[in-house]
Amino acid sequence: MTNRANHAFPGPDNVFRTQLSNGITLLVRENHAAPVVVLDGYLSVGSIHESADKAGLASFTASLLTRGSSRYDFDTFNETVEAVGASVSAGAGDHQTSFSTESLAEDFSQMVELLADVLRHPTFPAEQMERMRGQWLVRLQEREQNTRSVASRRFHELLYGDHPYGRPGSGYPETIQSISREDVVAFHRDNYGPQGAIIVVSGDVTTDAVVELITTHLGDWQGTSPAQTLPPVSAQTDIRRESVAMPGKVQSDILIGSLAIARSDPDYFAVQVANSILGQFGMMGRLGEVVREEQGLAYYSYSMLDADIGPGPWLAAAGVNPANVELAVESIRAEFARLGAEPVSDEELSDSKANMTGRLPLALETNDGVTSQLLNMEWYGLGLDYLYRYADNINAITAADVQRVAAKYLRPDAYTLVVAGPE
Amino acid sequence: MATTNENGLTITTLDNGLRVILQETHQAPVASFWVFYRVGSRNETPGLTGISHWVEHMLFKGTDRYPQGEFDKVVARAGGQFNGMTWQDWTTYFETFPSDRIELALDVESDRMANAIFDPEEIDPERTVIISEREGSENSYRWLLDTEVQAAAFQAHSYQHPIIGWREDLLTMNREDLYSHYRTFYTPNNATAVAVGDFDTAEMLAKIEQHFGALARGPELKPLRASEPAQLAERRILLRGADRTSHLQMAFPGPNARHPDFFPLTVLDAILGGAKGMGLFGGSSSNRSNRLYRALVDKELAVGAGCGFLPTIDPYLFSFRATLARDVIHQQVEDAIWTEIEKVQTDGVTVAELEKAIKQTKAQFAYSSESVTNQAYWLGFSDMIADTDWFAGWLENLVAVTAADVQRVAQTWFTRTRQTVGWYLPEG
Repeated sequence: MTNRANHAFPGPDNVFRTQLSNGITLLVRENHAAPVVVLDGYLSVGSIHESADKAGLASFTASLLTRGSSRYDFDTFNETVEAVGASVSAGAGDHQTSFSTESLAEDFSQMVELLADVLRHPTFPAEQMERMRGQWLVRLQEREQNTRSVASRRFHELLYGDHPYGRPGSGYPETIQSISREDVVAFHRDNYGPQGAIIVVSGDVTTDAVVELITTHLGDWQGTSPAQTLPPVSAQTDIRRESVAMPGKVQSDILIGSLAIARSDPDYFAVQVANSILGQFGMMGRLGEVVREEQGLAYYSYSMLDADIGPGPWLAAAGVNPANVELAVESIRAEFARLGAEPVSDEELSDSKANMTGRLPLALETNDGVTSQLLNMEWYGLGLDYLYRYADNINAITAADVQRVAAKYLRPDAYTLVVAGPE
Repeated sequence: MATTNENGLTITTLDNGLRVILQETHQAPVASFWVFYRVGSRNETPGLTGISHWVEHMLFKGTDRYPQGEFDKVVARAGGQFNGMTWQDWTTYFETFPSDRIELALDVESDRMANAIFDPEEIDPERTVIISEREGSENSYRWLLDTEVQAAAFQAHSYQHPIIGWREDLLTMNREDLYSHYRTFYTPNNATAVAVGDFDTAEMLAKIEQHFGALARGPELKPLRASEPAQLAERRILLRGADRTSHLQMAFPGPNARHPDFFPLTVLDAILGGAKGMGLFGGSSSNRSNRLYRALVDKELAVGAGCGFLPTIDPYLFSFRATLARDVIHQQVEDAIWTEIEKVQTDGVTVAELEKAIKQTKAQFAYSSESVTNQAYWLGFSDMIADTDWFAGWLENLVAVTAADVQRVAQTWFTRTRQTVGWYLPEG
């Protein structure tokens, strides 16, 4: 009913961006609507920088950060954060170590001081490490009892083979068992540094105060980060199918798809629009319509694109009764083929474009939504005016583009299919 | 149409009985609109378990104006987010939109309050979709244990059965059952509409009147009378399965939302198990300094532990959960939880712990205020289980809780004969 001009998307007009001399890029967006501050950031080191026999090391190291640092042992850290209802966390992805804080504005400076201490001066106490290892192994056991996560692990292993993208970030029981305290200390010492790091802050703060805080606590940090170089990913030219039998289960999880594109690929927007039509729009696009609504085979049936620094898969997922696996797979494959064989209708195209551009205000409502969007833009070098140009990029996609990328990537003769479920 | 303004809210009831709660806020150019119906699995009878959830599904399957597939398209096309959710005490539908499109939510929700078709051709495909949803849950022994414990904890009250229903009932229910449930409970006088966000209150109220005002009032519903008899004997569940990870659950009958012990138990929940996020699905919050974490996880008896206590219309459960560490037996974990309960019963809690619970709650309220969707959800479900004053008084009521209150409610509600204990353990 009202749509105020001053609620412009985050961009050069309302986001402060600077680079510290040690290589940290800092972005600040003031938002005084609620007495809350969110900080999100990346260090430029992740799972691709660990060796295969230590799979899980990046993630294990990141999780240990909040279990002891020079000024905060485990109990002091927990009490300091939780006594004020805040959260401070860290974790690792393929390419980055992520960290974040959420707090009331009045507690933000303390959270930054604490965050800097855990990033720069973790002590990796042996006792905490063993306790966490025990927890980790049980969580890996749970991962192997879950049809969706087993399907996902096998899909990536089959798709990527020995490439770092083929390993689960949380590792394997045997690699987690083999991680020593020296491995963790060395991984931190050799790889954690300000170079290439990004920190994004949104909330009830002033830009000047944030710059001063970050400079005080992280400005004198020195160090480099490892290069983000990836081994090449070989294109898939064959069909790889696997069924994983899991006793005690009643439903099967299906993942089917092919290697597609990297985030920087010129086809990115075309694949996103095509993916929306295929398995996202409304109630999960064409896949939802055919597999769920028309045939009643599944509660969920959708598609997704995972595009990172290296090429990622474009794939579909569904959870179905074991008796319906073949029918569901054939229905999904038929939709893959149809998207590449005939142009989508004008209505489908304009619907997905309208959704993808129109939903931005929802994604950018909260501080958390803003920081994750800005972090993503900075990390992939999309430009601070990315959101201003976003609608033009989406609206430029044609039905021919959609058909072309579907035919190129959703190939009937080269795909990976994993089914995990009852024997 | 009398309108009251309280707690920053505008509250009114239309002539046909629809309650309306509005909160105008211009923090972001978005608005969220919800309709809550006073019906959920609590209202279900044997043979028809799961019917409320199935009816919720059918409300996405078309009206004359928005045929099958049109509803989700029209909302998505406008950049909206939507969902439906069925709970024990209520069923709800919402749309969140860029604020200039919010009227579309009023249009689709007023339409399906009265005009859902329940096409006979759509019943069987939806039956298999729901059975598939249930089978997805059945893949988890944690879910199965939870279901078994809940079924054992209630002998008379309909909180006994899972919201999705028993499989046997899902196989036999028919269109007539579903349509009759819809016609009985989906009336303006059995619903509350909530709007939060970037709109003008007077304008929004006029539009709600315009879209919903002509819907006919339904017959008054008789209040439910089932009440659970006092539990006299400890109940134990032993579930075995193929998964290797062990779980434990303990449940005690608790008071409903309006009971004076509700707030002391909410404080106890935070002290024992940590602060809860207020996100739509619980949200997350750092919780490694609470008593259960220290007693179970730090001591390497469990890899995860917590407790849960929800506001409900009728008395429900205060429950404890743990995922066991390797080579730990269930009795050790059960004993350790009892030790923590008895510590509170004997020694009480500290003022510092009370203050922490209050500060954590204040922080969660502030985080939650960032999202119009979250705010509308809290207003609506509060109105289902109590009323908006109950929600407005939340913080004040928590602040008023004393250490003596917490100790007293721990003594009152946690006794050995009133527990239902569930163990999941691997076969062999």
